[in-house]
Amino acid sequence: MGLLSLFRKAPKSASLAKERLRIIVAQERNARGSPDFLPLLRRELLEVIHKYVNVDPSAVQITLGNEDGHEVLELSVSLPEAQRSV
Amino acid sequence: MAEIIVVTSGKGGVGKTTTSASIACGLARRGKRVVVIDFDIGLRNLDLIMGCERRVVYDFVNVIQGDCSLKQALIKDKRIETLYVLAASQTRDKDALTSEGVRRVLDELANDGFEYIICDSPAGIEKGAHLAMYFADRAVVVVNPEISSVRDSDRILGLLASKTARAEKGNGGVKEHLLLTRYNPRRVASGEMLSVDDVKEILGLDVVGVVPESPDVLSASNAGLPVILNDDSDASHAYEDAVARLLGETVPLRFVAEPKKGLFARIFGS
Repeated sequence: MGLLSLFRKAPKSASLAKERLRIIVAQERNARGSPDFLPLLRRELLEVIHKYVNVDPSAVQITLGNEDGHEVLELSVSLPEAQRSV
Repeated sequence: MAEIIVVTSGKGGVGKTTTSASIACGLARRGKRVVVIDFDIGLRNLDLIMGCERRVVYDFVNVIQGDCSLKQALIKDKRIETLYVLAASQTRDKDALTSEGVRRVLDELANDGFEYIICDSPAGIEKGAHLAMYFADRAVVVVNPEISSVRDSDRILGLLASKTARAEKGNGGVKEHLLLTRYNPRRVASGEMLSVDDVKEILGLDVVGVVPESPDVLSASNAGLPVILNDDSDASHAYEDAVARLLGETVPLRFVAEPKKGLFARIFGS
């Protein structure tokens, strides 16, 4: 250990813990409450769409976001090329 | 009216059972009629901490399933007149605890005149933990000043705010209190440990108690004597303060600052 290291301040581990916790807790609180039903909603929507169009399961995207203080449920379905000409 | 208090944490090993036992003893020592229930089905431990393991004949699940009466299953504490213990069952059947059964037992305890029902929750967020908190009026969330414990406690706060009878009925929800255990003021002062204020700020809860890290907690569990009953211990005084705050008294926080060393200790001490 050099003499200089005595004067250098190492970051305190507690403040590191606090910062990490602040971020993860905020993130988890945001995710709480809403997304529980999303997988089921996605599956049921897929079944309905499937009745009319033969889409790939991965072609249905559902996201729940926040825009200007409003919750926005975004649904995006990409239809296969061949189906459109029918 | 009985008040139901759940002692919970999410993470295991942070001191839920130690806290349940000490809070129950503290309330009973003040003359309250108290019963403390172990919800950790399959991993009974409260009986050991309370020192009544050899007197368990019937347990919580026996009462729910009608194998015995509630009176037969309640174990009367030998030290404090108004304190009773209801032990967890050692069954491996996960479905032995039912919501309806738990409600019936809690109702009967309230009708029997118990003023405080302390529910010692198991770790985790499974059925036992869910049922321990479901009927609660208040929650004591036990937290170690350590990153994973704080995060898990926040998960538990989310469940208290949504998956409890009070939350579902919308009548004010469960009142939540923060209780820090294994607190080491010296390490907090040197920046190695989260402080009371850090944890308070992250979780957004009022502090009902700070229990310093103490070798007396282990000796207490070794002896089956809840640590609050060891009047020489700092941990005992900290739990005593927590009990007072639960009863609505205003008590300043102790054991949060580094003890000041005298000149002699500074020169000759470690």
